[in-house]
Amino acid sequence: MSPPPACDIEALADDAWLLRFGDRIDPDLNAAVHAMAARLRASNPSWLRDLVPAFASLGVFFDATVDPARVHAHLLALVEAGASDGPLSMPSRKEAENSVVEIPVLYGGEHGPDLESSAAELGLSPDELIRRHAAGDYTVAMIGFAPGFPYLSGLDPALALPRLATPRARVEAGSVAIGGAQTGIYPRESPGGWRLLGRTPWALFDATRELPSRLQPGDRVRFVAIDADGFDRLAAQQDASS
Amino acid sequence: MRRNLHVLSPGLQTTVQDRGRSGWRHLGVAHAGALDADAAALANRLVGNDAGAAVLELTLRGPTLRFDAPARIAIVGASASARFDGERVGSGRPVQLPAGTLEIGSLRGGARAWLAIDGGIDVAPVLGSRSTDLRGGFGGLQGRALRAGDVLPLGRGLGLDVDTPDAPAWWIDPSHDAHQPIRYRPSAHAAATALARRGWTVSASSNRQGLRLQGEALASPGGDGVSEPVAPGTIQLPADGCPIVLLADAQTVGGYAKLGHVIAADLPRLAQCVPGQPLHFAPVDGATAHRLACAARARIARIGVMIDARLAAV
Repeated sequence: MSPPPACDIEALADDAWLLRFGDRIDPDLNAAVHAMAARLRASNPSWLRDLVPAFASLGVFFDATVDPARVHAHLLALVEAGASDGPLSMPSRKEAENSVVEIPVLYGGEHGPDLESSAAELGLSPDELIRRHAAGDYTVAMIGFAPGFPYLSGLDPALALPRLATPRARVEAGSVAIGGAQTGIYPRESPGGWRLLGRTPWALFDATRELPSRLQPGDRVRFVAIDADGFDRLAAQQDASS
Repeated sequence: MRRNLHVLSPGLQTTVQDRGRSGWRHLGVAHAGALDADAAALANRLVGNDAGAAVLELTLRGPTLRFDAPARIAIVGASASARFDGERVGSGRPVQLPAGTLEIGSLRGGARAWLAIDGGIDVAPVLGSRSTDLRGGFGGLQGRALRAGDVLPLGRGLGLDVDTPDAPAWWIDPSHDAHQPIRYRPSAHAAATALARRGWTVSASSNRQGLRLQGEALASPGGDGVSEPVAPGTIQLPADGCPIVLLADAQTVGGYAKLGHVIAADLPRLAQCVPGQPLHFAPVDGATAHRLACAARARIARIGVMIDARLAAV
């Protein structure tokens, strides 16, 4: 395994530092971000307020009354320690295998209005697009744009699709979509420009739950195709439990 | 007895806010909270609340509210021309009111003010805060700005028994000098220092998520880069070359180029920017930002001590 990439530390706000591992979307860079986030969380500094893992960078928010230089020194020490024992700091594959989240998706029809046109654009049949999208091994590279919106890396490059020229004014909650080289899920009804392939009956994000998000940054994800009956059943179970 | 606040007219955008949410940004949850947390904290102090109690944030035109029981209130921020059953109510001081109607009216000399009420606005906390997350649609009152007909529960207050409005002759005015440039720490971006060499105007499309600036466009790389974390104060440069300064409702990540960030000491001033207002920027270094942040905290602490001394003498 190659050593983790070097990172720069720059000011994000007076109460936040940004650790930048690179400026492209790359699985190794993203793994380094999540490993650093885990290491920082494990070091449990009293000043830590928020961690924001993104594709290739990590935002570290701290108690505004603490001297930023003190936080910077702590981060620098962690970065240097990570550079010397890099491979140990990566989550082991085996551990990661155990925490794959399987997300049920009803592809096509009214829930996936862009499935047919997207398949045609890619030169695939709709069934082949479903098969290849559901065969992917994805990672939650980051959560952002809206509360609980997961940006999933690991999309088959042959399935990359440009965003819609004119975004939809309304995308249903749970819509599973492709935007550029990524796939994601709209947690809440909102406007959106990604190509909609299907929909999960799961409520991905609910601020009133103790654990508001089904997915965490760094989680591994697979999609499991379900039929309309399965969708209705899972949607009903969810309503009953909430 | 349970006290309630009845919204007769909501004002332009009135939201429930406290000190905001921490610990949920990794899930894409914005910080939210009062755009000037110090002003909200001082308003709370004037009415005897904890600094983190929920207040109402008022925008440009305040609401009209009916109290169904006596309350102590304080308005801090831009000047308000508030009236209680026709009688003028001053800002920056604790005002004891019997049951009746408070009409706050238009704000002057700034865009926002914070109204604290003894006991605080007692909506249910969501993810550890009572702040309204307008984009996420949760927190505060149903995740939205107030509407006519809304009823807000108030927390257990001072148990006042007053039949006429009563206020001391003193007041506080923690406002900032609006003529100084907004200080920022420039990033390494090529256009970062050019921000300070041009004059800007606050756009009418500004909101709690971001202050949009109009002026001679800066050279922009165009298109989105790889999304990175952003924060309140981040100065973004979209493709059109007109910067956006993110505020408390900022999203957690963004793909626009970054010109740097507005220093913590000057963030409260951004809350007071009104559409059409001219704005200038001046670059500072990290040591200066830290020194000014400490000075700003010390100033707020002094005002707080003064409030306590005066309240004790009432």
